[in-house]
Amino acid sequence: MTPMTSATDPFRSFSPTLTGPPRLAPTDVSYVVDDTAVGRMLLAVRDDGRVLTTAYVPDAGAEERWLARLAAAVSPRVLRHPRPTDAVRRALEDYLAGRARRVEVETDLTLASDFQREVLTGLAASVGYGERTTYAVLAAAVGHPGAARAVGTALGGNPLCVTLPCHRVLPASGGVGGYAGGPAAKEHLLALESRPA
Amino acid sequence: MSLPPFQHLVDEHWRDVARLAHGLVGPVHADDVAQQAWTQALAAYPRLTHARNLRSWLLTITHRCAMDHHRAARRTTPSDDPAALAEAPVVPPPDAPDGSLWAMVAALPERQRDAVVLRFVGDLDHRSVAAALGTSPGMSRRLVSDAVATLRLDLTDPEDPR
Repeated sequence: MTPMTSATDPFRSFSPTLTGPPRLAPTDVSYVVDDTAVGRMLLAVRDDGRVLTTAYVPDAGAEERWLARLAAAVSPRVLRHPRPTDAVRRALEDYLAGRARRVEVETDLTLASDFQREVLTGLAASVGYGERTTYAVLAAAVGHPGAARAVGTALGGNPLCVTLPCHRVLPASGGVGGYAGGPAAKEHLLALESRPA
Repeated sequence: MSLPPFQHLVDEHWRDVARLAHGLVGPVHADDVAQQAWTQALAAYPRLTHARNLRSWLLTITHRCAMDHHRAARRTTPSDDPAALAEAPVVPPPDAPDGSLWAMVAALPERQRDAVVLRFVGDLDHRSVAAALGTSPGMSRRLVSDAVATLRLDLTDPEDPR
């Protein structure tokens, strides 16, 4: 032990009773991590209530990556806050319980690239509840015939999974294909939407 | 350049900010000072130009809020009541492990107290202490060593080996 450690002990052992972390008002970006029926998701909203992410975060690393992206692209004022995210949490719950045919929220595609924005808005506009399409068909529908692979990549990085329904896009060759939330989550959503109303 | 999400700062440093606030203003007002420091930090955060030394940035803000608190306390203390004036600066935390040490810290001249608390409770180096106090690292060393001498502590500042 160095003399410094023992010498500063009276100060180091100073451990007042702390009441807890500061209580800060919601700011530019509020988020929660929610355990949904299809997996662990990061729900983030702007100060105006628009939804920035409903993204799968299976582990702490994925959570960190999305939070870093929010900090860089929207604002570094990112705080964990349940209240501002209540609306999106409820909307997601309603959809996943089969009570709603879409996640009824206003979205904000700041985290998407221009191409992703094109693909995701085209998808939401053209492929309805219970419907399915393929990467190639969607590519043609959004004006990029032959760009099936690029469309697949764009959907793979969807910041608004479930809300913007990339789970309805399947490979032409069969099977459910890839999904940020894992194939089981994708199958769960497809089964949910094919249930008779 | 990208700043980490503010929540990281809260999660990593809220205890250090709270301890420093306790050391600088005592238990009764520590919460208010810490809360104010966090509010100010959150407001200023997007204007930071780099993400280095975020901890010492936060502790410097905490110190500034503590000074504001002392200043406001002096203003509201009736000046014709010398007993109240003498009382004003710091109340030692009753739950401090060594009550007499904290009573002595509280009784130090303001700048010595702030320097020694920033140095040892905040665990800041002299450059950061000096920045918080608006002085030079040399003066920070001097304030800390004067404080240590007054406290009659057998305490070697690792930043300032003698």
